[in-house]
Amino acid sequence: MVTAECSECGGTVTFKSAPILHELIRCPECGAELEVITLEPVAMAPAPTEEEDWGE
Amino acid sequence: MAKLSCTIVGGTGYTGGELLRILNAHPQAEVTQITSRTRMGEYAYSAHPNLRSTPAGNLQFTRPEDVGKSDMIFLCLPHGEAAVQIDRWAGLAGAIIDLSADFRLRNQELYARWYGGAHPAPQWLDKFVYGLPELTRQELKGARYASGVGCNATATNLALMPLVKAGLLDASKPIISDTKVGSSEAGAEVTDASHHPERSGAVRSYAPAGHRHAAEVEQMIATVSRTAATVPVHMSATSIEMVRGVLATVHCFTREPVQDKTLWKAFRDCYKSEPFVRIVKTSTGIFRAPEPKILAGSNFADVGFAISEDGRKVTLLCAIDNLMKGAAGSAVQCLNIMHGFDERAGLEFPGLHP
Repeated sequence: MVTAECSECGGTVTFKSAPILHELIRCPECGAELEVITLEPVAMAPAPTEEEDWGE
Repeated sequence: MAKLSCTIVGGTGYTGGELLRILNAHPQAEVTQITSRTRMGEYAYSAHPNLRSTPAGNLQFTRPEDVGKSDMIFLCLPHGEAAVQIDRWAGLAGAIIDLSADFRLRNQELYARWYGGAHPAPQWLDKFVYGLPELTRQELKGARYASGVGCNATATNLALMPLVKAGLLDASKPIISDTKVGSSEAGAEVTDASHHPERSGAVRSYAPAGHRHAAEVEQMIATVSRTAATVPVHMSATSIEMVRGVLATVHCFTREPVQDKTLWKAFRDCYKSEPFVRIVKTSTGIFRAPEPKILAGSNFADVGFAISEDGRKVTLLCAIDNLMKGAAGSAVQCLNIMHGFDERAGLEFPGLHP
């Protein structure tokens, strides 16, 4: 089981199988959608998303 | 094995009703006596209709003068009454949890300043443990006497505690807590202000300056940081269109600029082992931050935070059900700890959605 640190909150993200480059995964703690940006070591960055403006 | 017998003194109010509801399903404790001055002889479900046809609801209210011995007494009396009567109640039970403000403050000068007079039983102040398990769990183990907690104080304390414990708080800058609260905080007694045409839709400032619960927050900060110096806390409450719930929004400053990860760590370190505190800070979905709506009837406290662009000003959030984590739920959590029961016993209802 491979784990990596969430780039947003520092929480632990667990991969059920070996991570793949550019794979998207959601942090179970802060809910951020993350993209795998490197494999050795496994590192992630926020996945590009469409911003919601919440009426601003 | 016989259950722990409990007496509720002042059982017609909302906190008494919540205690009755929780203990009705408790595996190791049960209510055997409940008092009321206004409903003597009536069934408990007449005041708490959600408990109709339950063992707790079928109890009959008795006069406070007729209370016999039990293992535990919960005092749900108006502020000031428990302290005057404490010797009598202590003679009738091995343990007491007082849900009023009478025994929350350790210092009688502090009590006099915030409650406008000398404490009626100062010799008892040291005997009571402040009943917020996240702060005083070790002292509660085996304790005989515990105080209740202020609901707005609890929401503020649980929001602030991670920063205080981590030493991140700039104590030279003001701490401002604004709480939005539900109408049940005003209690079960009818007043002109609670008349539906007056109350419905209101956004009513209650104690916009000098809210008494600030004393409990100052006491928490002093306890955690082990200092005699008082860090001033400014607190206000606003009643909104809600029956149950508190949302505390606490504004404060940090000693050094912080990032999200710094506070995530502080919150995790503080609450990772806590059964009833959840960190709610997500980037997606509807409930991205703590919100009391989904906590009605639950003992959970949801906490979260946001940081200003320069990293120095932090907004902390905590949502609770004022009658549960802010009163009866915390009290039963204290009972569980005091008697060595599973801390979650009777308290695992997760709330409702929607």
